[in-house]
Order: sequence, then structure tokens, then C-alpha cells
Amino acid sequence: MPEVKEKKYIRSHEPFFWGLFGAGGMLTAFLTPVMILITGLLIPLGIIDKGNFNYQAIHGFATTWVGAAIILVLVALPLWHTLHRIFHALHDLGIKRGRDWQMVLSYGFAFAVSVFTFTLLLQMY
Amino acid sequence: MSKRKPYTRELPSDWWMKQLFYTKYMIREGSSVFITLYSLILAWGVLRLSQGEVAFNAWMHSLQSPPAIILHLIALVLALYHTITWFSLAPKAVDLWFKGKRLDDKVIVSGHYAAFIVVTVFCILIITL
Repeated sequence: MPEVKEKKYIRSHEPFFWGLFGAGGMLTAFLTPVMILITGLLIPLGIIDKGNFNYQAIHGFATTWVGAAIILVLVALPLWHTLHRIFHALHDLGIKRGRDWQMVLSYGFAFAVSVFTFTLLLQMY
Repeated sequence: MSKRKPYTRELPSDWWMKQLFYTKYMIREGSSVFITLYSLILAWGVLRLSQGEVAFNAWMHSLQSPPAIILHLIALVLALYHTITWFSLAPKAVDLWFKGKRLDDKVIVSGHYAAFIVVTVFCILIITL
């Protein structure tokens, strides 16, 4: 009788990144269009008055802990979505070399920008 | 070393340009590149914010340059495309049951669009009021 070997499951890190991907995708779907519209088009083109988007107001907002947390999420969370997609798109484009390094660079990039933004907000606080 | 030589099928790099379905898929994935750029612009804005008023105003001014406007226009169109694709997939993720019946896909999708409009109007009001 052949010995029945128990299958060993290797823990995957995918659920963790997929969670961030999903959260980032949600945020990107709901907020990114209006954010681009405001900061990238309406204000630079002078269509809406700078109103609350001046240094004093933004700095005041960024130096409260709630404001800092909101800014961190708005800036960094979409990256965990987009870099996940870019990582998988590299596979779709048939780039096979160094898959593990592609992964380190993709998520590492999202991580680095998150830390960058977090550090700046902490420094201002 | 393994002597195994698995067969890997040739994949032309333009495979996604030959069928509209795949092209749309790749446009969706490509939207990520522009949304990444936008996030980097914002992260840079946080850096400039931390450097004081002069630096922050210089960052605001740099957003007025034509290349910046064009970049944001492209990013906006692609971000909206991401929103559309995300909402059309929403019924697969949201499995809501109401009185023993599964909520209709159309209800879930239009609910997302309604929330999207509310969020968008709300954000513009915060900035302008």
C-alpha cells in the first residue's frame, strides 16, 4: 500500500497584499477621479477658487492626527493597488526574468512611498 | 540541475492588441501607471508642504504647466475607466441577500454610482465652500 503523505500547505503572502489591493482599488474607484479633478485640473486652471486648498489650511489639516492619517491613506493606499496590478501586468507582458525581484520592487516601491509620506507627516506633526 | 525542458508557448508581446476584450483589460491595468504617477505627485506635494509656504506654493504653481495639465487629464480619464470597471465587478464581490433573495446586480452597481456621485460632489463642496 502506498504511503499517504499529508499535503503540506505553504503559507502565502498573497492574501495580505490582496487585501491592500482591494482596499486601494475601492479608494481609487471612489476618490481618485475627484481628487485628480480638484488638485490636477480645477485648481491649477483656476476654475475653482483655491478656497481651502492653500498652505495654511492644508498645513493645519496635515498637522492634526486625523488629517495626517487621511492624507497618508489618500496618498499611499492607491499605490498598494496600482503596484499590485503593475506587478501582475509585467507577467502579462511576458517579462519572465526575476519574478521574485519584480515582486520585491513592486511592493517595495509602494512601501517606500508610504514610509516617505508617513515620515514627512510625522515630522510636521 | 534538472534536465527537464518544459515547453513554453511563444507569446507575442502585442497579444493584447488583437482583441478588444484584452485591449480593454490592458487599458485597465495601464490606468495603474497613471494613478501611480498621480500618487507620486501628491507625495511630492506632502514633501513640499513640509518645507514651508514658499515650497508648497511652488508645487501648486508647477501643477499649472501644460504637461502637468495633460498628465492629469489622461490620469482622470483612466481613473474614471478604473471606476467603471471596478463598479461593474462589484456584484461579484458584494453578495447581499435581502429577504431570501440575492440583491439584483443592477441595484448593487447603481448603488455604487450613486455613492460615487455623492462622494464627488461632497469633495468638491469641501474644497470650494
